[in-house]
Amino acid sequence: MSRVLMRGNEAIAEAAIRAGLKCYFCYPITPQGELVEYMARELPKRGGVFLQAESEVAAINMVYGAAAAGVRTMTSSSSPGISLKQEGISYLAGSRLPCVIVNMMRGGPGLGNIAPAQGDYFQATKGGGHGDYRLIVLAPSTVPEAAQLVMLAFDLADKYRVPAMILGDGMLGQMMEPVELPPPVDPSSIPEKPWALTGAEGREPNVILSFDLSPQGLREMNRVLQDTYREIERSEVRWEEVETADAEIVLVAYGTMGRIAKTVVERAREEGIKAGLLRPITLWPFPYEPLRELAERVPTILTVELSAGQMWEDVRLAVEGRAKTPFYGELGGVVPTPREILSEVKKHVSS
Amino acid sequence: MSEKKGDGAMEFGVIFAGFGGQGILLAGKILARAGMEQGLEVTWLPSYGPEMRGGTANCTVVLSRRMIGSPIVDAPQALVALNLPSLDRFEPQVAPQGAIVFNSSLIRRGVERPDVVGVAVPANDIAQELGNPRVLNMVALGALLAACRVVPLEAAMEAMAHELGERGRQGLVEINRRALELGFEEAQKQLG
Repeated sequence: MSRVLMRGNEAIAEAAIRAGLKCYFCYPITPQGELVEYMARELPKRGGVFLQAESEVAAINMVYGAAAAGVRTMTSSSSPGISLKQEGISYLAGSRLPCVIVNMMRGGPGLGNIAPAQGDYFQATKGGGHGDYRLIVLAPSTVPEAAQLVMLAFDLADKYRVPAMILGDGMLGQMMEPVELPPPVDPSSIPEKPWALTGAEGREPNVILSFDLSPQGLREMNRVLQDTYREIERSEVRWEEVETADAEIVLVAYGTMGRIAKTVVERAREEGIKAGLLRPITLWPFPYEPLRELAERVPTILTVELSAGQMWEDVRLAVEGRAKTPFYGELGGVVPTPREILSEVKKHVSS
Repeated sequence: MSEKKGDGAMEFGVIFAGFGGQGILLAGKILARAGMEQGLEVTWLPSYGPEMRGGTANCTVVLSRRMIGSPIVDAPQALVALNLPSLDRFEPQVAPQGAIVFNSSLIRRGVERPDVVGVAVPANDIAQELGNPRVLNMVALGALLAACRVVPLEAAMEAMAHELGERGRQGLVEINRRALELGFEEAQKQLG
């Protein structure tokens, strides 16, 4: 297979098209502009609909409509735009509509800036919109992995009828790396969606709602959601471990920070520090169990994030005091270099 | 490619920097593509702030025989500086024994660090003599490849031809090929 040099934004767009994307709705924002451009250029040629909506709110509600009609659908944006989509995301979750939402995070809060950041972790993994719901949240750390995880996101969303989010950042979106693109999905291999609104001729009408006035009825709807979430927690936790077998300090980092942390582990090992890395690939469901197991034998678990410590809360929930859990984060779109993280690592190991 | 122990063993990192419009991002992309076509792992990381619109631009390219962790490099083995602000900003970061290719058409000082190799290339003048001032980025890339043999000059020429071909600019391949050659030769003269 030949490798192609692509930006993260472009690789995500191409992978989505290969996953059978039929309807893409967007409102442009930096740093994911190339994703929109790629879709505008490629999707109509390949049998899909590209539509630039009048706002983020319109775009996410178009996703609702397309998902209800049973086609593979997606929207993408960056932090402030994703905030605007939250009401629609809650409705999608409540109506059990599968879709893929891409968030290439930038600095926040508010208008923030366009530099890479990870300050939307809470929003992505803990809700964001109202109500008791979850998104499947996948955090690619490299351009090839972004392409893989987009394909997976569509499959998982369809399988569980849960919206899936690709949580990247500006750096992943803007950088280029060689990608071996996966072959296009055979449309006939995508499972049927008997619940979809496809025209009720010859069958009972399907109803898609996130609404039930009766508390008992809404409780039942919520129970279905919660049962689904428990099953996802059992079956879909994904993570990568690097050099953890004999580690005396394990870094926990995801996305862009996850790949930078790999370099830190390598350099630490060159200097005789037994460092390792646990990189969550699914942020929800979070790899609590693997971290808990590590915490039984590793004295220090250092969380490294481009936020004030959002994932750190999940790390501490997993570790539950079994190990020390220091934190190192950067804010506002500043990305620490491997050297800076390594000096942080050194503060926590006995020489 | 050269293998240095310590700061990123088996990895080569280079920062390209200059004014927006000097072809910094394209020069970096062509090196990255040449590396990829040689079977290496590569990353290309641009600065993408508002500075791209008329101010300074830079990109970091990493080439490696193995999977690349960080696309951010704190001590690059090489710097290509096409204007003075870029040399001022990035000279202190270059790894000891690294190389700095700088555009002596615009930069009126030499490299100050005693522990790096400086290569002065009058990139604007060479490009002007070739008849197209815009090929200065390929002059600089050619010089870089003479100073750091990370990919063969021919590989960069092929990657450039592929890149321009995809952009419908086949007509510019020949002059860019000459620019790469002249930059390479100029640096070779200085390096002896």
